[in-house]
Amino acid sequence: MFTEYHPTKKKRFQVMDNDGKIINKKYFPDLSDAQVLKAYKDMLFARTADLMVVSYQRQGRIYTYPPNYGQEAIAGAVAQQIRHDDWVVPAFREMGLYLAKGATLKELFLYFMGYEDGSRFEKSNHMLPMSVPIASQLLHAAGIGYEINYRRKDEIVYTFVGDGGTSEGDFHEALNFAGVWKAPVIFIVQNNQYGISTPFRMQTASEGIAIKAMAYGIAGIQVDGNDFFAMYEAVKRSVAHIQEGKGPVLIEAVTYRKGAHTTSDDPTKYRTKEEEEQWDCTDPLKRLKAYLETRGVYNHEMEAQLIDEYKKETDRQFIEAENYPAYPLEDAFRFMYVDMPDDLKQQQTEHERFLKWKEAKQ
Amino acid sequence: MNMVNAVNDALDIMLTHDDRVIVYGEDVGVEGGVFRVTEGLQAKHGAQRVFDSPLAESGLAGTAVGMAAAGLKPVVEMQFSGFAYPAFNQIVSHVARMHNRSRGKFKMPIVIRMPYGGGINALEHHSESLEAVWGHIPGLKVLIPSTPYDAKGMLIAAIESEDPVIFMEPKRIYRAIKQEVPEEKYSIPMGKAKVLTQGSDITVVAYGAMIREVQKAAALAKKENISVEIIDLRSIYPIDKETIAQSVRKTGRVITVTEATRSFGVSAEISAIAMEEAFLHLEAPPKRVTGFDTIVPLPRGEHHYLMSPEKILYEIIRTVKF
Repeated sequence: MFTEYHPTKKKRFQVMDNDGKIINKKYFPDLSDAQVLKAYKDMLFARTADLMVVSYQRQGRIYTYPPNYGQEAIAGAVAQQIRHDDWVVPAFREMGLYLAKGATLKELFLYFMGYEDGSRFEKSNHMLPMSVPIASQLLHAAGIGYEINYRRKDEIVYTFVGDGGTSEGDFHEALNFAGVWKAPVIFIVQNNQYGISTPFRMQTASEGIAIKAMAYGIAGIQVDGNDFFAMYEAVKRSVAHIQEGKGPVLIEAVTYRKGAHTTSDDPTKYRTKEEEEQWDCTDPLKRLKAYLETRGVYNHEMEAQLIDEYKKETDRQFIEAENYPAYPLEDAFRFMYVDMPDDLKQQQTEHERFLKWKEAKQ
Repeated sequence: MNMVNAVNDALDIMLTHDDRVIVYGEDVGVEGGVFRVTEGLQAKHGAQRVFDSPLAESGLAGTAVGMAAAGLKPVVEMQFSGFAYPAFNQIVSHVARMHNRSRGKFKMPIVIRMPYGGGINALEHHSESLEAVWGHIPGLKVLIPSTPYDAKGMLIAAIESEDPVIFMEPKRIYRAIKQEVPEEKYSIPMGKAKVLTQGSDITVVAYGAMIREVQKAAALAKKENISVEIIDLRSIYPIDKETIAQSVRKTGRVITVTEATRSFGVSAEISAIAMEEAFLHLEAPPKRVTGFDTIVPLPRGEHHYLMSPEKILYEIIRTVKF
């Protein structure tokens, strides 16, 4: 696949067309209808939850939130094959994968409600918190990859960045380090066409991102990121590539952010309705649903029922998060150091003294 | 043993003692670093444990974050502290924060070593002292040794620590001081200053390469019948308030000598500690005796900037006679 779809050939890897028809049988993944249905349900759950968070935000019940809307197949494809000890080093737009890796919606909500507790991912073994400084997380993935090789473990690191992030120096450094170290890392660029409001053509003069892999001596492939099957197969073959000792892979997943960058910006200012409609035809859920309907294993009634169920579940976890205990003063201090300096303890004590004084005064 | 040997010895001991320890950086492997601090370590411990990294400082700090998250103890070398700025984002945003962000799930037992300071006739970017910058960042600990003995014990403590440590090495005295250093593994607790010389008239706080200058100044002061108490701070953060306060309560006077720029620096912090903790004992204003708020001049002009024992003596006399 990496030869057939070598970036210099300017071919985007696709398995399914916009109507859910399989157009590349050679690369159709070995998945049963039940497995595909499960993948679809996971993606639908992520989408339902995601759209609800945006509405919670509009109601003033949560702070700024970066929607996943339109990009669900990318995290979804990894989610279907990630193993227990594989690592996830996220950016912040991979909800479906966090859930597969053991995070709960409640934790994600807590984070966006302003609690660090939401980044602990209690039930997840190998996942870093979301990373706000763009592209900086890619180097963490390379470092984890070093440890995996050093300890001779069979683990894969999945790390993510957007198209805007590829302009950062850390993108270059991470691919370079990972290449030299043959680190078992799959770098997935979610090329969703915009870095906040800046279009892809203003980000780079390069025709794409996948071709940049060549500069680091690693494999690269451009994939239709809205094609679940193509993403699934590309990830699967990337894992095999790494396991054969051939080093890291750069996957450019071409997609479209149907929502805003975060709830703080307004996409109507920087893109047209026509463009949005054009990309609507490529919607990852629409395509996979069409496939499942053709297979006769899915229908509108099931969809309506699932969405209803997912909305209730999302709401349940959201309300749990809303009822989370107040943020104690101690929590601002206690994780700053493993061995906390006396001076810092004293700062907390001084503030507590003030609070007592204030309380007594009232 | 000089400080280069002592740092090498500490790394050697920790590499032997703990297979989580990984030592890497630019030219660290085959050549042993530009100051030969890591010389021989790759040959002894193998290229998986001690190796050359690509030339990229953000990459060094960033990969260390990943290694630490996965359970290793990376000891990274920044070739010069003046080259560490590309790593600033990784250090401030992740090295210092990951433990807090993940609520204690991912510890960051990372040591970032960097030679710092002037006085070696170097090119631009090789002479500054930015300890206050690192000390200002919540989540980091910052150490500076002044002797080979301390360098070994403090570096071992830094590597054993589960918190990230910026370990700044005064390169001007890398080979200037020789000392008996025990062969065995020992560590010096972080956050503890050391009273080097007892005195009664004035406290002089310093660290790193400035200790030697202060000792010379104290000898000159003795001839003027001024008794100087010298404190080697050793730990920029955590800062040992108690040792400073106790000394100032005794002497009533304090100056801080740094080769760093003056404003917003460690010397200002020491002055603040003296005033907050020993105000009623003060007989003169705490004084900052520092480099200028300028860029360290290139070698032909550097003598204007560098601290001298005479300058320190001058400030000691002014403070004592205040």
